[in-house]
Amino acid sequence: MNAITAQHPYIESLLKGYEMPRSGISWLNQRRSRALERANALTVPTTRDEEWRFTDVAPLTKVNFRPAADVVRLAMSDISGYVIPEAPARLVFVDGLFAPELSDHAGLPSGVVVSNLAAALGVHAAVMEPHLARHAEYEREVFTALNTARLRDGAFVWMPRNQKCAAPVQLLFVATQAEAAAYPRCLVIAEAGSECTVVEDYVSLGDAIHFNDAVTEVVVGEGARVRHVRVQREAEGAFHIAACAASLAKDARYASHTVTLGARLSRLNLGIVQHGDGVEVELDGLALIAGRQLADTHSLVDHARPHGRCRQVHKCIVDGGAHAVFNGKILVRPGAQLTDSSQQSRSLLLSDRAHVDMKPQLEIFADDVKCAHGAAIGQLDAEQLFYLKSRGLSDSRARNLLTYAFAAEVIDRIPVPSLVERLKQTVLVRTQAVA
Amino acid sequence: MIRKDARVLLEVQGLCAKVGGADIVKGLDLVVRAGEVHAIMGPNGSGKSTFAKALAGHPAYEVTGGTVTFDGKNLFEMTPEVRARAGLFLGFQYPVEIPGVSNSAFLRLAYNTMRAARGRDELDPLEFDDYVREKMKLLEMDAAFLDRSVNEGFSGGEKKRNEILQMALLEPRLAILDETDSGLDIDALRVVATGVNRLATSDNAVVLVTHYQRMLNYIVPDYVHVMGGGRIIRTGGKVLAEELESRGYDWVKAA
Repeated sequence: MNAITAQHPYIESLLKGYEMPRSGISWLNQRRSRALERANALTVPTTRDEEWRFTDVAPLTKVNFRPAADVVRLAMSDISGYVIPEAPARLVFVDGLFAPELSDHAGLPSGVVVSNLAAALGVHAAVMEPHLARHAEYEREVFTALNTARLRDGAFVWMPRNQKCAAPVQLLFVATQAEAAAYPRCLVIAEAGSECTVVEDYVSLGDAIHFNDAVTEVVVGEGARVRHVRVQREAEGAFHIAACAASLAKDARYASHTVTLGARLSRLNLGIVQHGDGVEVELDGLALIAGRQLADTHSLVDHARPHGRCRQVHKCIVDGGAHAVFNGKILVRPGAQLTDSSQQSRSLLLSDRAHVDMKPQLEIFADDVKCAHGAAIGQLDAEQLFYLKSRGLSDSRARNLLTYAFAAEVIDRIPVPSLVERLKQTVLVRTQAVA
Repeated sequence: MIRKDARVLLEVQGLCAKVGGADIVKGLDLVVRAGEVHAIMGPNGSGKSTFAKALAGHPAYEVTGGTVTFDGKNLFEMTPEVRARAGLFLGFQYPVEIPGVSNSAFLRLAYNTMRAARGRDELDPLEFDDYVREKMKLLEMDAAFLDRSVNEGFSGGEKKRNEILQMALLEPRLAILDETDSGLDIDALRVVATGVNRLATSDNAVVLVTHYQRMLNYIVPDYVHVMGGGRIIRTGGKVLAEELESRGYDWVKAA
């Protein structure tokens, strides 16, 4: 049943030598087995698949990735530049493996659980069972199936009923080794009335070509509030394919801030399903890429119940020969009356070779709803440019400042001040580099 | 203040400019010396704003003829930023909003660019903060405006104060204030005018571009020019502005 009989040679190479862990938790074994079956059956997507039309994953399949063979021991000083000082809890993973010596959760309010997934499974399996591998779709998504089949460790955040933690929880995934593949898995459960902020941060030390196949599930209970920050700032040669599935109960509030700066090829599938009435969703996205980078964001907001509100802004800044993709779908199902959902996508092309594909999709099956979308691709605003130059700023300085401002508008809304400052600093350096 | 021996800052001869394919400025002559305050008045469409924007180098305004010498140099050989660094300042009729750029960062960048152009050391953020707060008092501006994005969500009066704040920081040799009085209530007009008066010295000059005479009650011009059909058709002293106020522009055309 757990045999590797992959249809696709590349999937087979990723699964090669893999032995499924025999846990004593039967539901988990079943889900991993089913995911392995699906990974065996599915193929690597090509541009002939509608969902991958603009993103050719061929470069990924040219590298022979393996899970990291060696454990790399890092010191705090290696990662201090990424540590969020205001976080009372931090879980660090190096090449996909939990690094307890770099992690800390001493500052958490009692009752709140922040733990690596493998350890949590031994204690909180009953809490996880209704959710783990229940929200991220692996029947048709090969990379989610792979991640689920290989599900072993990752991060678990549990906010019991009415617990509130204003300070952010940081989940830091550090890649160090060349040709290493990691399958990080995160599960965030915010029970009814609870509040938390979670920062998922994917970074590389050095410029190794590595692969992260990441899956995160976020469960927001009735009236609960989750602020979810996701930063991908990996090495420029890295590959990053991720799915984030959020499930929202009645009156839940979910804010997502995704920032994509790194990787040679990155794909984020962001899926939000409204399971209860009256949810409030904010989605902010920013991709800032150059060189030969490709950054693809596919989002789906599924208004399955009435009274949902969603405001989405996605921005891309594309320089060099880079390529940005944004596919934003809003689905309003029959009966999801009084939905108020809007989507704005704006892209800035900084070079003649820069390329962006934007595809807003509205599918509306209810008749009393407010939905809007707008998409704009362009250059910098000529009046703003002249205004800055009339104050003495050089053409390149003025352009850099406006490019920075375009990105800063998204970053400013991230609810973690130290991260805002660092990301703005990064963007400042990047936008000056593209003079 | 008129001194015949004062240095000539701006000399415009036969300037022609078009915007959107239409000829708007058609043979304009003007000489501005250090220490002088000029008012350029005229009805809508007479070419006042086009003249102001063409001097600052707005890319949509094409100069098709004539010469302009600024402080002894050919203005049209300079890019907009070089004109600014040489001491030319345009106070915008509609100051541009720049979301995402804090006003303090913008002001500091502009100020330090000008310092560097004058061979002086740049101020660091803390030093600049002290300096700009002093200047803001002149315009009765709240320090909260430093933390907001440039002009974003500012009222009309706040935007105009922010323009004059920039003038105070950049210390231009020639300030062209394009309809700075429009959209100001009487209190804001008084504050802005007081600011301009304090900034005017015997070394610099101010050109006020305005439709109405009311600002000239606060900033007394040495010369009043009336534009019509893209040229200056009449020049006089402050009294001319008062006559325009009571008799309208048609009277000048007839003259």
